[in-house]
Amino acid sequence: MTAPATLTQNLRLKGGRVIDPANKVDDVLDVYIADGRIAALGGAPEGFGAAQEIDASGCFVCPGLVDLCARVREPGQEHKATIATESVAAAAGGITTLCCPPDTNPIVETPADIELIRLRAEKTGKTRIVTLGALTHGLDGERLSEMAALKNAGCVGVSNALRPLANTLVQRRALEYAATFDLTVFLHPNDHWLSANGCAHEGRVATRLGLPGIPEAAETAAVARDLTLIEQTGIRAHFCHLTTARAVNMVARAQFDGLPVTADVAIPYLYLTEVDICDFDSFCHVIPPLRTTQDRQHLREALKRGTLSAVCSDHQPHEADAKLRSFPSTEPGISGLDTLLPLGLRLVDEHVLELGELIHRLTAGPAGILGLPYGTLSVGASADVCIFDPDHTWQLNTDTLLSNGHNTPFMNWEMKGRVIHTLLAGKLVHSLAG
Amino acid sequence: MNNSRQIDRHGRLHHFLSIEGLNRKLLSDILDAAESFSGVTEQTVKKVPLLRGKTIVNLFFEASTRTRTTFELAAKRLSADILNINITQSSTVKGETLLDTLRNLEAMHVDMFVVRHADSGAAHFIAAHVAPHVSVINAGDGRHAHPTQALLDMFTIRRVKGPDFGRLRVAIVGDIMHSRVARSQIHALNLLNTGEIRIVAPKTLTPAHTESLGVHVFHELSKGIEGADVIIMLRLQRERMQGALLPSEHEYYELFGVTKEKLHAAKPDVTIMHPGPINRGVEMDSEVADGPHSVILAQVTHGIAVRMAVMSMAMHHKEPVTE
Repeated sequence: MTAPATLTQNLRLKGGRVIDPANKVDDVLDVYIADGRIAALGGAPEGFGAAQEIDASGCFVCPGLVDLCARVREPGQEHKATIATESVAAAAGGITTLCCPPDTNPIVETPADIELIRLRAEKTGKTRIVTLGALTHGLDGERLSEMAALKNAGCVGVSNALRPLANTLVQRRALEYAATFDLTVFLHPNDHWLSANGCAHEGRVATRLGLPGIPEAAETAAVARDLTLIEQTGIRAHFCHLTTARAVNMVARAQFDGLPVTADVAIPYLYLTEVDICDFDSFCHVIPPLRTTQDRQHLREALKRGTLSAVCSDHQPHEADAKLRSFPSTEPGISGLDTLLPLGLRLVDEHVLELGELIHRLTAGPAGILGLPYGTLSVGASADVCIFDPDHTWQLNTDTLLSNGHNTPFMNWEMKGRVIHTLLAGKLVHSLAG
Repeated sequence: MNNSRQIDRHGRLHHFLSIEGLNRKLLSDILDAAESFSGVTEQTVKKVPLLRGKTIVNLFFEASTRTRTTFELAAKRLSADILNINITQSSTVKGETLLDTLRNLEAMHVDMFVVRHADSGAAHFIAAHVAPHVSVINAGDGRHAHPTQALLDMFTIRRVKGPDFGRLRVAIVGDIMHSRVARSQIHALNLLNTGEIRIVAPKTLTPAHTESLGVHVFHELSKGIEGADVIIMLRLQRERMQGALLPSEHEYYELFGVTKEKLHAAKPDVTIMHPGPINRGVEMDSEVADGPHSVILAQVTHGIAVRMAVMSMAMHHKEPVTE
């Protein structure tokens, strides 16, 4: 294996099985990279001289992963994580583009906020960080944000994150205003009133443990309202992390009817259910809550069908203290950058998805939702590449976990599949040690 | 439910967090022990030296009079030193975390914590983080469990109706949704193979999938208490009138309040119970509360013996096993 390349230079990735679902490529091919872009697949372009070679034999070579939702906690919550720490974890997880929701502190609502995050990400240089702008001023759910300025500053969409909108009129106006600038609106469907102070799915487990419940209707009522307003305004919208079978069916129906709506699932919901809360395991405290086994099965099928066109990490790193309280008082969320790819590959092992389908949901699928030209190995595309060994088994533990957040219910799980190299715009940003 | 947390490897109580996870033998053992302690509480010198030199802390993050007092009396009758610490919302706002509070008290060589907290799962959390020699007794956590209350209720039923729960029909009436007492009672009644357990409540106060707890659900009082041997009334918190759970105390009383007339649906020798404090004219009228079927005050008395049993058994898990 050659020494790591630090500068952008001509590069040949040799002998790997290249999977690029956007171009229907699945073959053992060499990949040629020049000037940070994909120069060719298969045969070398004329006059190509590789300054460096990376031996990818026995590995899969796919586009760098695109994560639709990851909180890096900067600015404002650097005690949980920073752009620097999480960029390292992302690169090691094969993620070359990640999208941050606007609920930082300060909230992402001015060009300066977007600039700050971009500059810090560039300074770290390990992964590309794009941001969603606030849908309402201060995420207060009442006043519109300056969306034109946000768009000009480079935000890839707008969202009110997990904060509620005051009423349906504000929502209608916000959607219409976003549509004016062709911005995609990212919705976290949750009826604020129905979910109230809940912390677990309203079902058997919450009833047994006496945990305040969040009913399925908190999600379906919101999706129904949102779909009505999407139809009214003609906005392009994306539903973040659906968790219930019924909401997925509603979105599938809307897609069938031709509405411009997409949806994703966060990876913990493809494995965990309400039952995993078991004995008040605060690592399973997530919002929206873990649902039933039937919901989990339905999410898996919808991912296969393509109703859900992306899988994201919904990465929410926390300091240890955030989880060291009684269950309802802990902060919700799971640290997920490290496990996005290996947990995804487990879906292939469990025959939920074909490998090509999985890679699509991790690359071209989310890139399409964000309207970004990443997630493919097309000639001319940015050379964002993830090279992983599908047979490499390893354990997720405090030594192998790179995110600053160690809050994961998958701790000590045996993982199969590990990223060996990650390239960002032709630059080697991660190589597995040893 | 993770048994290992409250039961040690010899099958003895280490912590007492919930009825779930106990087996019938252990539950019966506790009730038998309580039976022997109830003799002590009736003597002129109401003390035994079982826990002499031990330090117990009543750690109450939520207000309570009856439960805290009976734990205190139980500890004193076992000759333990007991300390009451009431931590209101405002002092947690000062910034000290639950764990810090715990560590500080542990540093004073406490042997047992009796914990009440507004969060479901708080007692489990504390039990998971105390030093190995410290025992934790759950005196009520959120809506989850109030296991000593359920035990004293079982003790009371056993005294009045005899040890065979298989022939009993027990109806629990009222706010099941927010009740840790109801959840613990249901587990205990199921563990004792109760013939039929019914819950009676409007749908707004019935949790999702309540049947999965092993009960029959009724929404009409006369049907729900039909042929009942025991009726357990639950306290209705005043704040339930907000949040659109109920229209008024008046309508609740009309529909779910137990009166002498409505009692005719139950067995003639029906036993009426209530964990207290009673809202007279809401859950039941005074004629029922103070009437011949009521054992409400006996429940309070039994609370002391039951808590003595639980505390002494949990404290003695540390001793070597004698075969």
